[in-house]
Amino acid sequence: MILVFIEHKDCVLNKTSLEAIAAAQAIGKDLGLGVTAVLPCDKDCSLAQDIAGYNLEKVIVAKNEKLGTYTPDGYADAWEHVIKATDPQYIVMSHTYQVRDFAPKVAARLGREVVGDCIRYKAEGGKLMLTRRIFLGKLDADVTIGGDAPYFVTFQSGAFRGDSAEKGSAAVETMGVTVGDIRMTAEAPFQEAKATVDLTKSDIIVAVGRGIKSQENIALAQQLADVLGADLAASRPICDSEWLPIDRQIGSSGQTVAPKVYIALGISGAIQHIVGMKNAGTIVAINKDSEAPIFDIADYGIVGDLFDAVPVLIEEVKKAKG
Amino acid sequence: MKIIVLMKQVANKDAVLRIAGDEKWINETDVAQQTNESDGYALEEALRTVEAKGGGEVVVCTLGPQSAKTVIKDALARGANRAIHVVVDDAKSLSAYQIAKAIADAIREENADLVFTGLQSDDASYGQTGVILAELLGIPHATIVIEVDRESLGDTLRVKRELESGWYQWFTYTLPSLLTIQSGISQIRYASLKGIMAAKSKEVREVTPTIESFASAAQIQKVYMPLKTKQTQMLGNGDAKAGAVELVEKLKTEVRAI
Repeated sequence: MILVFIEHKDCVLNKTSLEAIAAAQAIGKDLGLGVTAVLPCDKDCSLAQDIAGYNLEKVIVAKNEKLGTYTPDGYADAWEHVIKATDPQYIVMSHTYQVRDFAPKVAARLGREVVGDCIRYKAEGGKLMLTRRIFLGKLDADVTIGGDAPYFVTFQSGAFRGDSAEKGSAAVETMGVTVGDIRMTAEAPFQEAKATVDLTKSDIIVAVGRGIKSQENIALAQQLADVLGADLAASRPICDSEWLPIDRQIGSSGQTVAPKVYIALGISGAIQHIVGMKNAGTIVAINKDSEAPIFDIADYGIVGDLFDAVPVLIEEVKKAKG
Repeated sequence: MKIIVLMKQVANKDAVLRIAGDEKWINETDVAQQTNESDGYALEEALRTVEAKGGGEVVVCTLGPQSAKTVIKDALARGANRAIHVVVDDAKSLSAYQIAKAIADAIREENADLVFTGLQSDDASYGQTGVILAELLGIPHATIVIEVDRESLGDTLRVKRELESGWYQWFTYTLPSLLTIQSGISQIRYASLKGIMAAKSKEVREVTPTIESFASAAQIQKVYMPLKTKQTQMLGNGDAKAGAVELVEKLKTEVRAI
């Protein structure tokens, strides 16, 4: 059997879990294994019935009063209990920040490790060959897992489509789980400053990365954005350096956007950035490094100095717009 | 207050990578190396925490070949008090669990109050060595920490974790505990000349670990350039200005965005 993790906050689904269901269903078909969803909660979770509407063998609500708020200790204990009770072959999760926090702990406790952040898989001879990005997205690695089950696999956001998860009808079962001491206390999650710029509504985005080199040069990118009627955005290092405010950040820790056109200036294309913009209609990349991963997802690429290209772009756009 | 900081030597961010002959890793010969980015922030946060506490010790620990001594020297020059070097010539052959196990064995008896690591390495990107280490040491952990409330430091410590999509959450941890630190948590200091001189006399303890085989290790079968998902039109043929002219034409006629 395959266990798939359903992530939620106060019984509200994290939609990447539907991608995990789709992944688990696909693997299940290839390996001839049924899929059971696992949902840690402190009550008879209202989300369980929604999840039961997918093609699963079962939905297990792993229940304990200490599971109302996420903690790594609480989730690790709950998962250990469910795994020991159900003896699964695979445990499939989406590679979210929460999963990164607890999954390696559960695996280590059972003498395993996680094959994390996979982008695809192949089933060969009854086992999985998983593909992960390494070296900041510059290379792919095909990976096998040794030893005995259970095997822990997490998939990158977007590796599977949540809307392709098959519908069906599953029974809901509550499993009381043992949770020991929780060595951390959680406060309520919050949003830092409410994003003043909603980049998800932008038609065109001009985004800058480390290649912009200094804060003074941001003005050049702003000029290009202005002539295009675009919004200015940035990769994480730019916002970390406070050259642009954090509400301009695109990527896993910032906003996820899908504009008609995305122009990446001096952005190498680390995975954390790419997950935030790969669904743009047209992607333009300007970068000195011809090997930069951003070119793998670009529709148009210019290999060269952005300080040569951008002034010309500004003039040509002005001309084109008459 | 004793804080151990795990730091790893990785290929330079901008290095051009060539795939090794056996297609299992990169060819590391002549590849410029650097300290893993988030590990640099972990060190900075540890130094600031000890400074705020008015005393204590920052111990840097690295696992890798002799060349990783450059990471140690740099950390000592920035202010770490001493170092533990877990010497492994072929570190790339170790899985996340094996690395965590070797480090756990090397630092367990240090009984540190806190262990800081970067959130993931920029080469293998397992993102789990710290979490496994915490489990092996029997201490709680927090990943992706973006702020440490140094005022709160006592028997417990309050830290801010980054969640997704601009959300954050504060947690309070009992000590000892392990934190994996997010890049950008603070501005990293430069090594002073005085620091560089002082580093020469600081203790570097070498440890030769016993590496046990680990049946459940993930094994890399093949490394290759990512398969392109898109047909990219390269413009300008190396001339960025010519490329810019072509690009505007494309944005006008093919994309119809202008």
